[in-house]
Amino acid sequence: MSHATTASTIPQKISLSRVLGPAHVWALGVGIVLVGEYTGWNFSADKGGSLAALIVCWVIGLLYTSVAMIDSEVTSTIAAAGGQYAQAKHIVGPLMAFNVALYMVFAYTMLEVSDAILVGDTIVAKAATDGLNHNAFLALTIVGLAWLNYRGVLMTLNFNFIITALAYAAIVILFLSVSPWSQGTVLKLGDMVTPQNGLPYGWIGVIASFHFGIWYFLGIEGTTQAAEEVRSPARALPYGTMAGMITLLIAGAMTWYVCASLMPWEYLGITAYPLWDAGKLTGNPLLENMMFIATLLAAIASANGCVNDSARAWFSLGRDRYLPTWFSAVHPKYRTPYRSILFLLPIALAFAFISDLNQAITFSILSGVLQYTFMSINIVMFRNKWPLGSIQRGYTHPFHPLPAIVLFILCVITFFAIFLGYGAQLTAMVSFYLIVSIWFHFYRYQYVKRGDQFTMPWPKPIGY
Amino acid sequence: MWINFSYLCWAISAALAAWMLFDWYKIDTTYSESVLTSSREGEIESTAEKQKV
Repeated sequence: MSHATTASTIPQKISLSRVLGPAHVWALGVGIVLVGEYTGWNFSADKGGSLAALIVCWVIGLLYTSVAMIDSEVTSTIAAAGGQYAQAKHIVGPLMAFNVALYMVFAYTMLEVSDAILVGDTIVAKAATDGLNHNAFLALTIVGLAWLNYRGVLMTLNFNFIITALAYAAIVILFLSVSPWSQGTVLKLGDMVTPQNGLPYGWIGVIASFHFGIWYFLGIEGTTQAAEEVRSPARALPYGTMAGMITLLIAGAMTWYVCASLMPWEYLGITAYPLWDAGKLTGNPLLENMMFIATLLAAIASANGCVNDSARAWFSLGRDRYLPTWFSAVHPKYRTPYRSILFLLPIALAFAFISDLNQAITFSILSGVLQYTFMSINIVMFRNKWPLGSIQRGYTHPFHPLPAIVLFILCVITFFAIFLGYGAQLTAMVSFYLIVSIWFHFYRYQYVKRGDQFTMPWPKPIGY
Repeated sequence: MWINFSYLCWAISAALAAWMLFDWYKIDTTYSESVLTSSREGEIESTAEKQKV
């Protein structure tokens, strides 16, 4: 990547580069999410059995389809780095925006930490060497991806596109290799999932499995963070996000079918590597090694997208003075929010070294669901304040307000499911957001230039 | 072999971190703060055409 700007001619203004297309948006969204097929979704089988894991795949798929539809409409209209933060700022208000930005930073940083732990643990499991621990691999994953993001968004997402496509292709190859059209040859779904063990805890188990069912698609909303760096937000964001969601629904279904046909739910619900284990259970060393490498690629792609997204959310907060403006610096050569990337790097490293995978995943899920709840309210306010025809939209989602209602109801069910398993963490996290909201309202907001933060050339909203 | 590989990972991580810190220092001492923090939301249309990719 090269720029017209050189070191000898110091520019007066520096902004992020608009160099991305729909494929990069797809790579960002699917890259963040696909690791959920390699680990995470299967813990829902522990909560409610294999059949619950399938039910929740489709129901949570509905939640995320609503997220993708709503996000596509709002972000193609408010094309700014920060994604849902910029949406909240313009539609709801500054306090909501501050909270939404923090949800995103937490969700993506904790997901990056979880991904790095997964990379380290997978390599250690493969090596089976005494004295080897995962810290070196965590460090290289987090520092290496920060370096890549520091050097430019185009290279970062080209890299993500390649490794995400490889990880996705591995799922398709595994699926085709086990003769899915011929039960009994390799797959034994009828033996593994029976009327007696399909839902071992009944329907309350299905509700409980929502907690980890989120992992089938967690992070697809991250595509919006690229809004300021895509060449055509109105086209690239809806196209990339919807294509990503379709891709993931297919991957989720194939993953469940293969894994549930090879493993009993008691094992499927506790293994950290369901697809790698599925590769082992085929008895084919090539498939086993392919799934090992694909697990690493999926985790790296996810962490890479998370570094990209968390840095842009943090950068946006600095640019609007919600945080010190120091964080809003853009690298004059690479056109990246380099200070935000560097600031979040040691935080991710610290969490990776001290926290365990379950805690990191839960904090990521909690912040994500808080964000989705906001989105269901946000779209209703958006349509009420600026009805269709009052402003130009890049994309208009159908069936409004049905997706918003579905999204809100499913978020409430997911909160209940998380409360069943991690009530203390849920309470702690909500308390944290309450405290920082008070800090923002009574202290930080005095530094914000109130008129400057609203940048969209829209007419006055209805009711104001 | 894996132990040596982990040492290599530490070394690469340290090198990349050092490079980023050096570049950060170089950029912050070359450019003024007002230029580095000049990005504004909503100004992407006016600046995008000036870059060659």
